[in-house]
Amino acid sequence: MRSNDVIIQTATKAVVFIILLFAIYIFFAGHYSPGGGFVGGLLAAGALVLLMLAFDIETVNRIIPVDYVQIAAAGLLISLGTAAASILFGVPFFTHAHTYVYLPLLGKTSFHSATLFDLGVFLVVVGVTMIIIQTIGEDE
Amino acid sequence: MTPVFFVFLPIVLAFFIPILFKKLPQIHTGWFVLAAPLFLVAYYAAFLPGSAAGETVTSSFSWIPSLDIAISSYLDGLSLLFSLLITGIGSLVVLYSIFYLDKNREQLHNFYVYLLIFMSAMLGVVQSDHLISLYLFWELTSISSFLLIGYWYTRDRSRFGAMKSMLITVFGGLMMLGGFILLYLMGGTYSIRELIAQAPEIANHDLFVWSLILILLGAFTKSAQLPFYIWLPDAMEAPTPVSAYLHSATMVKAGLYVVARFTPIFAVSPVWIWLVTGIGLLTMTWASFFALKQRDLKGILAFSTVSQLGLIMSLLGVASVAFHVDGAESTVFKYAAFAAIFHLINHAMFKGSLFMVTGIIDHETGTRDIRKLGGLMGIMPVSFTLAVIGSLSMAGLPPFSGFLSKEMFLRAMLSLTEFDLFSFETWGILFPVIAWIGSVFTFIYSFYFVFHTFAGEHKPELLPKSAHEAPFGMLISPAVMAALVVILFFIPNLLAVWFIKPAVLAIQPFLYNAPGEIDVHVSAWHGLQPEFFMTLGIYAVGGLMYWTLRKWQRIYDVFSHTYSLNGLYDSLIYLSDAGMNRLSGLYMTGFIRNYLVYMFGFLILITLGTLGVSDAFEFDLTGTAPIRAYEVILGIVLVAATVTILMAKSRLTAIISLGAVGYTVALFFVIFRAPDLALTQLVIETISVALFLLAFYHLPQLSRHEERMKFRFGNALVALGVGVTMSLVAFSAQAQKALPSISEYYKETVYTEAAGGNIVNVILVDYRGFDTLFEITVLGIAAVAIIGMIRLRLTRKEDVNEKQ
Amino acid sequence: MEIFMSVLIGFLFMAAVYLMLSKSLLRIIIGTAVLSHGAHLLILTMGGLGGRKPPVVAEGVTVADYADPLPQALILTAIVISFAVTSFFLVLAYRAYQELGTDNVNLMRGTEDYD
Repeated sequence: MRSNDVIIQTATKAVVFIILLFAIYIFFAGHYSPGGGFVGGLLAAGALVLLMLAFDIETVNRIIPVDYVQIAAAGLLISLGTAAASILFGVPFFTHAHTYVYLPLLGKTSFHSATLFDLGVFLVVVGVTMIIIQTIGEDE
Repeated sequence: MTPVFFVFLPIVLAFFIPILFKKLPQIHTGWFVLAAPLFLVAYYAAFLPGSAAGETVTSSFSWIPSLDIAISSYLDGLSLLFSLLITGIGSLVVLYSIFYLDKNREQLHNFYVYLLIFMSAMLGVVQSDHLISLYLFWELTSISSFLLIGYWYTRDRSRFGAMKSMLITVFGGLMMLGGFILLYLMGGTYSIRELIAQAPEIANHDLFVWSLILILLGAFTKSAQLPFYIWLPDAMEAPTPVSAYLHSATMVKAGLYVVARFTPIFAVSPVWIWLVTGIGLLTMTWASFFALKQRDLKGILAFSTVSQLGLIMSLLGVASVAFHVDGAESTVFKYAAFAAIFHLINHAMFKGSLFMVTGIIDHETGTRDIRKLGGLMGIMPVSFTLAVIGSLSMAGLPPFSGFLSKEMFLRAMLSLTEFDLFSFETWGILFPVIAWIGSVFTFIYSFYFVFHTFAGEHKPELLPKSAHEAPFGMLISPAVMAALVVILFFIPNLLAVWFIKPAVLAIQPFLYNAPGEIDVHVSAWHGLQPEFFMTLGIYAVGGLMYWTLRKWQRIYDVFSHTYSLNGLYDSLIYLSDAGMNRLSGLYMTGFIRNYLVYMFGFLILITLGTLGVSDAFEFDLTGTAPIRAYEVILGIVLVAATVTILMAKSRLTAIISLGAVGYTVALFFVIFRAPDLALTQLVIETISVALFLLAFYHLPQLSRHEERMKFRFGNALVALGVGVTMSLVAFSAQAQKALPSISEYYKETVYTEAAGGNIVNVILVDYRGFDTLFEITVLGIAAVAIIGMIRLRLTRKEDVNEKQ
Repeated sequence: MEIFMSVLIGFLFMAAVYLMLSKSLLRIIIGTAVLSHGAHLLILTMGGLGGRKPPVVAEGVTVADYADPLPQALILTAIVISFAVTSFFLVLAYRAYQELGTDNVNLMRGTEDYD
């Protein structure tokens, strides 16, 4: 994947951050409005793919030196851990809990163990998508 | 900690064995393993006083509560006796194996892991009060036995023997599971104790005899009774400690245990008494006769084990008779249960020590062929002494414990002739006769075993190694057992109080209230009774026949392999193997298209068939949403894009059209009020197209490989069939809603229960979190597979390795 | 509308099966992708298409108005899975192509016969 299209590259630099921000927003919004771990993760991965299309894989790997295998693994662990944590509290596997707290600036905010689970989903989706794209792209 | 957890102690230890083996190679792994059985011996021994007083200990934990399945431990006299045998002999066997298996050459971690799994499984079998957990442990013993027989898996005979034992015992196990399920249907409970409590009601049930036969099949296959015994001689390919442990002292006695345990339920049936006694006796005599055909020391011991198991089995059958007679008459039959348990303990002792001596001979001379051995008496005096003690006990000579139980066995068989029920008055005479013949051959092969090995002429030129006495450590375990054989002869009544009577109470619970009530007293001399003369006859005839053994041993050549049970097994295996190969060759063509056609064909057949048979097809227009113009337009776009894919000549066209299909589907999601789906579909379609384009470089041109019209037409027909089927299913499902949707519940509780607003997302992460958890696992697996395929660059192996 | 969609779904399935039965690897992969689109639409249609509001809790919307959320959740899972499976197929296909030198599945059958 090599490209030296200046327009795309310049536009990408700006757009990628917007997409990433949007991905994070849509991830957190997921519990109350459309969105969630899957969409968020896919959007984030889409932003990275765009980056790879605009520049090339080596450059992107150098700028973001992340091992996506570890990200996917961490995501799986977080999800499984959240589900399993309920056992420690003496309730059946996969029981979620939530509470409301008042934070400065944000006001009444809900904290949800389901969000943690969704975070795992988010990471797995990003990790796996990027693993797929990266491995195929690097294959000569 | 309740007793049920200690059942799993060996398995827990097994997890650490590979680590210990790797990290501490200078210490023989067996020393660590030894801790588990030694500890458990002490643990179970602490229950003895209670058990002698008739107390039982129960503990269990619920495993699958919704199916009423629990793992339980029920320690009564019988279970405790078996548990002590398992752990006690287990300790000796592990100790022996430390000297038997070389720590540098053998894969000790495999060996001990299997052995520990077996130990837990066997403890589970004898302690389970729950039928299903009994079955599970039962199969686990089969599996660990399979692994241990195949321990030297590079040898063909080992693999063959492992497979044979597995096929036969697992077949039996499955039959037994059927019997258990029938029992559950009859009694409504999985608990053996509760089933025993309602034994009279169960006995009148139609399924009673079937469940009896099925359970006996399980017991007979495991305990190597006729005609299933053929796996046991082949199981001798296992390392000798395993043979001593699994295939003589413990696992093969699981069948006896099951028979003993279920006696209170089934004893009322004449079928049970006839089968258990008859098969047991026949097995005993048959196997003792064929033991003399063997040339391999372990072969002799294997047949001898089969024979002895038959003996104990027949005693359990006679013990069941006690349920049919009252008063003074029943005393003899009550004896039988006592004799069975007594002989079971004796057999474990003398056969264990004999196996270990065989292992020593094998280890020190390099062969087990009895024709090459001889004259080892002077070279291996300690082993000789141990072998003599074991053999003479097996032959039933005093002053060894085998004599006592053998006398009781003959007495029990004699008493059957006096029993006038179930046509025993006419056929009963056969029992003592067959038992006597079997005992004669037992006498002969015991002598054959010990004196052909140790007496006679020493032939050093035939031995692979120059013989010498075994190291001290190897002799400890057989010496302990041999010592017990002698000691038990002098203190049988002490043994009875602590071990035998509590176990008998479990076999015949309706006859006694406490172990103390069992008024059996063992004595070596009890007057000139018929059994005494039978014993004298055995010595005389057996001695004479042993003297002339060389003259008549040739008659065994008459029995050809082809018409034996082994021949039957071999041809069955061959036939099923070749038959299945031919059958699968018919439809496993190797063409993907054929397989897909099978799948789609069955999809059409089964779906349409179900629709037709249940008259489920319905076409209903009421309640459907109205059709709007832009939906029709979208539909047309979708069809057009799909047709473009079908027609596409180049890869690019096909991929872009596929993208178009995806985006159109996303627009459908928008129309049908599914914002999450639309978002996801849009993003994923984008990434998919990028993915396809990335892989473009690696992919071939879009070629149709000159598909002929006939080929295409066939495909089109199948495709049309699937399409029509799916449409019909969609119509029918649309027209009828049999049950209310669970969605209503989700919609109503999403805010109150799950504190969320986006119902779809809440379903994903909360209500149906399992789906999502498994889904991301699948994602992970796909990623790992892709990494494996690309980064590891696995290529085809050379054909040299593929074909053997 | 449901009837219209049912016909459309049948068509998608038909096209997918036809593609999957052909000899070229790439067409087979595209076929599986089309198949999953068909399946998604089928699940969605099964839940009924009459929902007037997306299944997101909002003021003043009665329960009956929401579109059925369950099929949507199922499809969401299915979409992501089918993406992973398609990429897996794709890699499998091109690795097979590289190793075996052909994309004709008829030539890919194992050469060894059972004996």
